[in-house]
Amino acid sequence: MGGAAETFYGVIRRQGITRRSFHKFCSLTATSLGLGPLAARQIANALETKPRVPVIWMHGLECTCCSESFIRSAHPLVKDVVLSMISLDYDALIMAAAGHQAEAILEETRAKYKGEYVLAVEGNPPLNEGGMFCIDGGKPFVEKLRAMAEDSMAIIAWGTCASWGCVQAAKPNPTGATPIDKVITNKPIIKVPGCPPIAEVMTALVTFITTFGKLPELDRQGRPKMFYSQRIHDKCYRRPHFDAGQFVEVWDDESARKGYCLYKMGCKGPTTYNACSAVRWNGGVSFPIQSGHGCFGCSEDGFWDKGSFYDRLTTIKQFGIEANADQIGMAAAGAVGLAVAAHAAVTAVKRLTLNRAE
Amino acid sequence: MLDKSPQALTAAVAADAVRSGRSAERGVVYVYEAPVRLWHWINAAAILVLGLTGYFIGSGIPTMPGETSDDFLFGHIRFAHFFAGYVLTLGFLFRIYWAFMGNPHAKQIFYVPLWRKRYWREVWHEIRWYAFVAAEPKKYVAHNPLAQLAMFFMFTLAIAFMIVTGFALYAQGTGNDSWQYMLFGWVFSIWPNSQDLHTWHHLGLWMIVTFALIHIYTAVREDIVSRQSIVSSIISGEREFRD
Repeated sequence: MGGAAETFYGVIRRQGITRRSFHKFCSLTATSLGLGPLAARQIANALETKPRVPVIWMHGLECTCCSESFIRSAHPLVKDVVLSMISLDYDALIMAAAGHQAEAILEETRAKYKGEYVLAVEGNPPLNEGGMFCIDGGKPFVEKLRAMAEDSMAIIAWGTCASWGCVQAAKPNPTGATPIDKVITNKPIIKVPGCPPIAEVMTALVTFITTFGKLPELDRQGRPKMFYSQRIHDKCYRRPHFDAGQFVEVWDDESARKGYCLYKMGCKGPTTYNACSAVRWNGGVSFPIQSGHGCFGCSEDGFWDKGSFYDRLTTIKQFGIEANADQIGMAAAGAVGLAVAAHAAVTAVKRLTLNRAE
Repeated sequence: MLDKSPQALTAAVAADAVRSGRSAERGVVYVYEAPVRLWHWINAAAILVLGLTGYFIGSGIPTMPGETSDDFLFGHIRFAHFFAGYVLTLGFLFRIYWAFMGNPHAKQIFYVPLWRKRYWREVWHEIRWYAFVAAEPKKYVAHNPLAQLAMFFMFTLAIAFMIVTGFALYAQGTGNDSWQYMLFGWVFSIWPNSQDLHTWHHLGLWMIVTFALIHIYTAVREDIVSRQSIVSSIISGEREFRD
């Protein structure tokens, strides 16, 4: 892992990359971030003059799918990000150092780049039993997280685990797994939800921070607006079928073969904010809906606890039975309807008997 | 609240007759002013459209045959829902304005005097009346106390809830920079996953369907049983006491 004081440009020139290729890369990155042509020059300028941002990448309770996604980024290639753009000083998963040597880097970075490094967290800390459900370097992960967060510039919460809690925080959440923003409250936190987040979204975000030295604009829920301001539904290529009223009714029917809208199959595209339908996956090859399965909203809060992946309404458990809003509502309206009919019948009988008595 | 004793009712009839130059003999009070009546029917039509289109939007329609480019049915259903939603909202805002500008009855659906002991006694009497225990209904110029309770919780609050959640859902389509999002985006702080918001909006539909059932049934029933005009009152504005 190289020193953080060097610039990106210095590093890649040393690796034998031409100035021409460097500018190509800047234009491409500017385009993928949705910025104008002038931004390419700004990016180039920043990468030539600014020292690389030190990044500490930590793993809490997680499955490493975020890292798996990250290393498959195509634009930019993750090797460029890890080896050139940022100074990835610590990542237990892909670093060469191990044991005490590795842990020493944490202390070193904390002391040397106080308030300057970015803390990227994959997974979340479990809080029950004093955090004993996730031990990292002989200590509960939550302690390590708090310590490293203290002197960081900002925190990137990778994935749905760090952003919302994800599967380990699903009911009944025995380990007390808690999203980052509920544990660290005094630092800017960027949520990059998704299980996992899209590779290009991850690397583009890192590019943005290293380029401009600041955080991107975030929405109400702390997600970068550039990737999470629209729903899957808004950019879905099957949207014309939705507007026309052409739906898949059961799996493998004629409509499914024609690639109609999966709305009735419980696709959660209309309630899910992510860039899948625009950026897509595996270098832009496909995304779930394109493969014929509905979105199940992996980047949304509590997506494990909302009932079936094939139902667009949240399962309501308060009534002892599992039902959705329409079933409960229809039952209630039906019961009231019956009550009204019965009441009307009694009223009629009473009136008839009264009339006869008179 | 108006005084509901028989003497007061007679007085109300007489006072109203003097004001409008009508004969007090007929036992008629002018309750629902023209703007309230107009709002009632526009509102009813909007709710009918919203309920039907809303149900279809929620559960989808049978698949349309033919070319995708020839059809825009679901789009039109959604447009009708949004249009009726605007009508409902503007009507509701107007109705709030009229609560201040109209006669005293115009305020009735916007509050419940839960703090008044007498109000609760009257609610109890209405419950006994509907349970076939009380032999005679009490007569009221405007809504009876139980009706006022239902109006406030099942209509006024439910509609306000539907307007707020509806516009928040609408903001998902219009985007983060839209005025709908500026005004109603806070709803997503309560339900970060908008799927829950859809669920609540559906529950709201069924609340209003239930309200409509009770509302129409009791209006017709009381018109027949308690010897006062109810159904025709929301057309003519006048409440007639038949004995």
